[in-house]
Amino acid sequence: MNMLQTLFPNIDDWGEIGRACIDTLLMLGGSLALSIAIGLPLGVLLYLTGKGQLRPMPKLYAIASLLVNILRSVPFIILMIVLMPVTYFLVGTKLGIRGAIPPLVIGAAPFFARLVETALREVQQGVIEASQAMGASLWQIVRHVLLPEARGGLFAGVTVTAIALVGYTAMGGAIGSGGLGDLAYRYGYLSYKSDYMLVTVALLIVLVQLLQMLGDRIVTRYKRH
Amino acid sequence: MIRFVDVHKSYRVDGRDIPALQPFSLDIADGEVFGIIGLSGAGKSTLIRLINLLERPSGGSIFVGDTEMTALAEPALRAQRRRIGMIFQHFNLLASQTVADNVAFPMRLAGERNTAVLRTRVDELLARVGLTAHADKYPSQLSGGQKQRVGIARALANRPSILLCDEATSALDPQTTASVLELLAEINRELKLTIVLITHEMDVVRRVCDRVAVLDAGVIVEHGAVADVFLHPQHATTRRFVNEALPEEAASELAPFAQVPGRILRLSFRGDTTLTPALGRVARETGIDFNILAGRIDRIKDLPYGQLTLAMQGAGVDAALAALREASIEIEELSR
Repeated sequence: MNMLQTLFPNIDDWGEIGRACIDTLLMLGGSLALSIAIGLPLGVLLYLTGKGQLRPMPKLYAIASLLVNILRSVPFIILMIVLMPVTYFLVGTKLGIRGAIPPLVIGAAPFFARLVETALREVQQGVIEASQAMGASLWQIVRHVLLPEARGGLFAGVTVTAIALVGYTAMGGAIGSGGLGDLAYRYGYLSYKSDYMLVTVALLIVLVQLLQMLGDRIVTRYKRH
Repeated sequence: MIRFVDVHKSYRVDGRDIPALQPFSLDIADGEVFGIIGLSGAGKSTLIRLINLLERPSGGSIFVGDTEMTALAEPALRAQRRRIGMIFQHFNLLASQTVADNVAFPMRLAGERNTAVLRTRVDELLARVGLTAHADKYPSQLSGGQKQRVGIARALANRPSILLCDEATSALDPQTTASVLELLAEINRELKLTIVLITHEMDVVRRVCDRVAVLDAGVIVEHGAVADVFLHPQHATTRRFVNEALPEEAASELAPFAQVPGRILRLSFRGDTTLTPALGRVARETGIDFNILAGRIDRIKDLPYGQLTLAMQGAGVDAALAALREASIEIEELSR
């Protein structure tokens, strides 16, 4: 404990850092789950309605694509501020973990949807044609051909999205969402306690590393076949 | 019976209709192996995909048995497709599934849930294609020939009455091609399955097909029994395919026999006549002399055939030709 005190003189409450870690993980977990829940169907929709695909619908594709592009082109910190009334309407607060999740999901789901679309496009046309020849319905093709065949790419997309979300949660800290970003901003930036900054950055690096390693492991497992 | 009635197909590209298949009618009989041969771009992939309506015709009707495929709504069409197996040049197996799961896939799509039923049928199918030991492997662990065998087992899973083969051997080496063709012929014999195959190799047609249609730039230029088309090709495209399958024959046709005395004739023997000593007997009886310039004895599917290019001399040539025709030997005069 003494060594910690000499190395990080300003940090008197390590418990606060622990709570911030948990907050970050909660925001990450919650927003990642919801981003997948929204982004996966949206990505499938983008894929299916695209030009020359199984259910080409140029107008629907154009609208969905535009929506995704708009949400992706707004920097996350701006998106968060712009979305405040929506956030308040959805979860009854603009602050804390609950207040952070709507903008995180609205920021990450379109991003993930694009990654899903790209991963699905990697599935060989021939395999889709073969399942059509076997009498598969559209739903059977999505459920039993497209998603399982693309799972390597889909898990890679989840990994990239999770890491992007770590960045978003840290930005969210600046406008009161809590977590490691909030600590870094309040103590490290506003109060010049650079040891706080150092510890939070180190923790964020470890988190991103762990996510990437886990993601890579899952992707290699499925890519092998 | 597969029946095409006044079918044609064109693709819309940049607002213009590009014809892929000119209007045609064609019948394919139950239990036969029907080959469609053509160069790439001739329209053969389109033609085979019309049968299970992976491609919709621009006009005309297509019947499979008594069912008018072109009149079916989506759910009924899916049910019909389950009765038509298909294999592909690049196999198109699910990379994420084991061999056994790939073979079980069409049965699962058709709603079969009983694992015991699935396992029994998969074992049966893998035994038929000789892959029992590979059930738990993934497609990436198999050779091309093995992958195509998995494709065949998968295509047979729902006990179809028709098997469509889309360039099924084009990605395989000659030995593997031979063994896959043998398997197809065996399936045709034992399961009484109608097989429609497309290929750009006359040798594939010669080995397994009963009848063949030659497709050239969207037009069926010639069709009939393989022996007829193979021994007496009428159209230039057909002759090119036949010559590719018989390089030595092609050379003999080109070689100048001008300095060879006598009448140059090509004799074709088929089936039993191949095995009778007709030529020797006729030569003895009519006192002619003959000189063999080129020749070949082989099989068209199960039919032995021979083709000899001869120079014949002597007073009795006309009588000899009449006697040979009498013995059901086909004769073409190449000179004079």
